[in-house]
Amino acid sequence: MAPPRTRRPGFSRRAQYSLFLGYVIAVAGSLVAAVLLALSTLDPPAFATLRASVGEVTTPVSSGVSGVGRWFGSIPGGIGDYLAVRDQNAALRKQLADQHALFMRARSLSYDNHRLLALLRVRERIAEPVVAARLVSSSASSTRRFAVLNAGSWQGVAQGQPVRGPEGLIGRVLETGPNSARVLLLTDPESVVPVRRTRDGMPALATGRGDGLLDVKSVAFATTDFGPGDVFVTSGIGGIYSPNVPVARIIRRGRDAAIGRSFAQPDTVDYALVQRAFLPPPPPTPTSSATPPASKPAP
Amino acid sequence: MRAVRGPFDEAPDRSFARFVPTLSVMAGSALTLWPLIASVQILPPFGLLMLLGWRLTRSESLRVWAPLPLGLFDDLVSGQPLGSAMLFWTLCFFMIDLIDQRVVYRTFWQDWLVAAGSIGFCLILGRLVATPIDAHVDTVLLLQIAISVLLFPLAARLCAMLAGDEEEA
Repeated sequence: MAPPRTRRPGFSRRAQYSLFLGYVIAVAGSLVAAVLLALSTLDPPAFATLRASVGEVTTPVSSGVSGVGRWFGSIPGGIGDYLAVRDQNAALRKQLADQHALFMRARSLSYDNHRLLALLRVRERIAEPVVAARLVSSSASSTRRFAVLNAGSWQGVAQGQPVRGPEGLIGRVLETGPNSARVLLLTDPESVVPVRRTRDGMPALATGRGDGLLDVKSVAFATTDFGPGDVFVTSGIGGIYSPNVPVARIIRRGRDAAIGRSFAQPDTVDYALVQRAFLPPPPPTPTSSATPPASKPAP
Repeated sequence: MRAVRGPFDEAPDRSFARFVPTLSVMAGSALTLWPLIASVQILPPFGLLMLLGWRLTRSESLRVWAPLPLGLFDDLVSGQPLGSAMLFWTLCFFMIDLIDQRVVYRTFWQDWLVAAGSIGFCLILGRLVATPIDAHVDTVLLLQIAISVLLFPLAARLCAMLAGDEEEA
């Protein structure tokens, strides 16, 4: 390569000064960048608004591209379905006939179940979802594991709300913009979820490892064994995640800590469901003037 | 087919060509917007690759302070802490300036080596500031660095292609 001409700009004072000024700007700017980096390391949500406003512009782009991709991706399946429709029809008819008896039995069981539940007055705590939206992109070139959700504070999404998919927990909302939100995935190295084992209720913490897997560490006093296939669900401790959402399955035997794989693989997920935080922070205490004078002062 | 410009025809409009390097680096950074939910960091830093491509093949195309705004944009879309790409990309430019003084006439292989060093520097420091030290991301990080280094000739070729019009004029 030939030497660049900018090294020695000749006798022109103007060219020399502008080159020098460029270096001054670069050095000053890198100092500013170092300060910004220190700030964002010490206080990660410091620049959330800046990121959210860029996200407002970029999220529709990702969403549009993913829509086009889904449309193209559905073409081969559509052709295959069209060709296989006769065989499939016959197979489905046979299956329907086979399962009719099973279905009738399940229907009576379900009816019994309803009556018995009413008898017991079991009140199920159903976590009502805030919104169902798609995850449209992720931090694929970074060591952090964030995803961008195609819904924001206009749809009711707020910071700290858990996000789950059909198979299990995906993560929680970290920052929100008006129409987009940034989700901290379970596998992020800074994500911690309180969980318990379904078999015996043994409490543990599921921490992201950064390589797509989770570290499940026991928080019980006694030594515990983790066997492959142990299933962990959220315990509801901490107040963010509502209980009994599937989180991880252990893949390797371990004592006190083991490696698990999360149930929801967000690269295959279609829709993500944003739920309310299990126990939201208490509302601010009303001022004395706002309270109605119904309660008598204590004697 | 392009019409050959005669000696007395007026020069074609070059006002857009000034922004081609900047826009291509920003497009590289914006590739993280591709709808893909990755469970590990599999995408090479295309913004950095384009930046190094421009710097090493056409050193006058970007000012010495250009990595600051470009790095800011990359930080905003990549999920790294704000300021990391700004700082590390600018430091890369300074290092390449020093190398320009020492090794004046370089072959492409030496440029590739410089780019490999810069990519490793940016990605490793980016991992150190973004993720806790005990996270298990290092194996994939090495893979990501290797892929990025292997993609550098492609980026350099792309830069040469984008700058090709300039040469003909």
